[in-house]
Amino acid sequence: MNDGTRWAGLGFRLAAVLLALIVTTIILVLAGAPPLEAYRLILVGSLGSMRNLANVLVAWAPLLLATSGLLITFSAGLWNIGIEGQIALGAILTTGALRTFETSTVSPALVIGLSILAGALGGALWAALIGALKTFGGVNEIFGGLGMNFVATALTIWLIFGPWKRPGTGSMSGTEPFPQHLWLPQIGDLRLSWHALVVAVVGIALVYLLLNGTHFGLRLKAVGKNARAAFLMGIPTSGYMMLAFLLCGALAGLAGALQVTAVYHRLIPAISSGYGFLGLMVAMLVNYQALWAAPVAFFFAALNIGSIQLPLVLKLDSLLSGVMQGTLVLFVLAMEGVRQHFMTRKH
Amino acid sequence: MKIELQEIHKSFGPVHANEGICLTIPPGTIMGILGENGAGKSTLMKILSGSIHADGGRILLDGHDASIQTPSDAIRDGIGMLHQDPLDFPPMRVIDSFLSGHPSGLFPRKSAAVQALLDLEERFDFSIEPEAYVEALTVGERQQLEILRLLWLGVNALILDEPTTGISALQKEKLFTALRRLAQEGSTVIFVSHKLEEVEELCDHVAVLRSGQLVGEAEPPFHTDQLVKMMFGKMISLGGRRAAEVGAPALELSGVSVEDHRLRVSDVNLQVRSGEVIGLAGMEGSGQRLFLRACAGLTRPVSGRIRIRGRDLTGKGYRAFLRQGIAFLPGSRLEEGLISGLTLTEHFTLAQERRGLLIDRRACHGLAEGRISDFNIHGQPGSTVESLSGGNQQRALLALLKSPLSLLLMEHPTRGLDIESVVWIWGKLRERRLQGTAIIFISSDLEEILLYSDRILVFFGGRVSQPLGASATTVDHLGQLIGGAGWDTFDQERVP
Repeated sequence: MNDGTRWAGLGFRLAAVLLALIVTTIILVLAGAPPLEAYRLILVGSLGSMRNLANVLVAWAPLLLATSGLLITFSAGLWNIGIEGQIALGAILTTGALRTFETSTVSPALVIGLSILAGALGGALWAALIGALKTFGGVNEIFGGLGMNFVATALTIWLIFGPWKRPGTGSMSGTEPFPQHLWLPQIGDLRLSWHALVVAVVGIALVYLLLNGTHFGLRLKAVGKNARAAFLMGIPTSGYMMLAFLLCGALAGLAGALQVTAVYHRLIPAISSGYGFLGLMVAMLVNYQALWAAPVAFFFAALNIGSIQLPLVLKLDSLLSGVMQGTLVLFVLAMEGVRQHFMTRKH
Repeated sequence: MKIELQEIHKSFGPVHANEGICLTIPPGTIMGILGENGAGKSTLMKILSGSIHADGGRILLDGHDASIQTPSDAIRDGIGMLHQDPLDFPPMRVIDSFLSGHPSGLFPRKSAAVQALLDLEERFDFSIEPEAYVEALTVGERQQLEILRLLWLGVNALILDEPTTGISALQKEKLFTALRRLAQEGSTVIFVSHKLEEVEELCDHVAVLRSGQLVGEAEPPFHTDQLVKMMFGKMISLGGRRAAEVGAPALELSGVSVEDHRLRVSDVNLQVRSGEVIGLAGMEGSGQRLFLRACAGLTRPVSGRIRIRGRDLTGKGYRAFLRQGIAFLPGSRLEEGLISGLTLTEHFTLAQERRGLLIDRRACHGLAEGRISDFNIHGQPGSTVESLSGGNQQRALLALLKSPLSLLLMEHPTRGLDIESVVWIWGKLRERRLQGTAIIFISSDLEEILLYSDRILVFFGGRVSQPLGASATTVDHLGQLIGGAGWDTFDQERVP
């Protein structure tokens, strides 16, 4: 790629961001809200104070983990829609492990560590089911993943209102919170935990290395770009797809484990916070390149946290951040299509 | 309808598929279009039926300029094409498939359509149950359905592209009867084929294409020799053949039968020794591809045994074959051979025996540079494979092969390459051969097969000839065999 096409690529991206902003502004105007005030609120709400910034980072860690997992499955040419369920299963197994050792005399640090590992295992197993359905049952991973997401949600709700319900009656607010010694240590009175940040950063760094520096990563890419040719080259393609699912599931499970040990300290019905689907958008936006995942995930997390201010101040729905993220991804993908159209025209 | 093609030109990149073809087809005739693979037959027919656009030229229908942009334009003008693979909808019912494409408004009148279908069936003595599912039909019946559908749409010029591949002898008879009847009723029938016998039996007039040009026309009585000469051009003198220095058996087939949904290759017995080169001749779709893929372990034979280097691999998968030192070079380079989006360096890294976890970038770059210069590839280590020309892609594929190999299986190793590249590639293959690699390759270039093989197998409609010694065979003889003529000598040999 020469400098000219690189600058052109950047230009198209900027145009996409601009278009997304224009569309969001139009929606704000139609909703009768002052657009500039809304944007200001989002900015202040996400970066305006130490506490707000900490909240952004609280969302950033699991989002980044989900995104790094998806970079692996995307590399193998797989659409792991089932990531939401994998996050939920990670959270469920973490909660299960914490409950098991809650009253034991094992050191809390060990209990937390084991529970997080259990979460990774849970996510990996849930993903392995989707992989097995695809490899042995011929079920497309998108359909398999969608189905498994519903099962995971049902399982979460059943646990909260059934076996793991609070003393008395079960409640949508989740299971009984764990005692503080089973939380990941927090920074001061912020909800943020250094441990969660470290796990997320190590996760994305490992994925970057895996995809860009190892034989495994190169083979995975070969499978994703042309499974038939990869097979003829002697690469066991279904095995590699299965491994991609396992790794992505493990990272998604870790995200779920962090939601329990660092953020909510209990199992709640919407434990994934939608970070799986959001991670799909981040991965698409960075064109499946690990290098840009961290900043873009941060931007999305900031939008999510910042827009919490909208209903409080402007009586707008906080889902506006979802609209902005969605239009942004759509425009970036559309502009990429336009760019390719023009590039091929020239040749 | 009288069809006139004037100065039709069409290029695909550097390949001139149709070079100023002029052809007139009078109404009420069955016109045969003969030619080997890549002669430009299908291109010309696709232009006439609207699926591709000509770069230049005119099409006149009954003397009027026709502007055919899409297949539906062609059907509106009365031209319908029956493609080699029927364009129907296997999961649908016959009647729904029949109705699709008919401009009958939002709510099609099904009962009328059923009646129309049954009337047409009666006219041509076909019998297809309207409520059956298309996937339950034979290839021949699906073809009949497609013909009836086109006729119902008002087509009075019917193009058939290799229609007799994969249908039974009885269905062929029915098809021919129906085509003769259509011609008698004034329709135009264009019959594209490489099967000399069928063309001679059916057609009133034959046009022969070679390398994109119309090289001759003929009328009955046809002379097979003359048609073969027109199809393949003049003979070339062969020289520089070297006797094979053969070693131990690399591949042994005993009673191997392979089949797919349209073809069965039965009971092949063959022993290939290391250092030997076997050429597989035959028109595309005659069974040689199926056979080669069975030798590679990609298609499981329905019966018989396969041994590689003396080891029985019957029923084992492709990867077990790879471990015994085979390599398979697919014909479609960018679909099956190389991975678009990855660079040459990445390809060489993938192909090398795995060393450790991390990629040693410098070593891989060096490896790529070495292979690029060894194999004379015009490209950089960082070039993506899709940016290379066809010849360089083929050289890259060869450069990816491991050493040593016991058996190398290739589909069209030199298709689309200039003579220089062909000679160069066979030089490289000769080196392999001297190292003891047995080679089996498919080619549609008979001269290439004669020049570089020791023995030749000819395929025709799933039948396999006895191995022919290349030095005792000629292009003419091969041409006859792949066109389905002269097979009785084998049959006589088989009778004890």
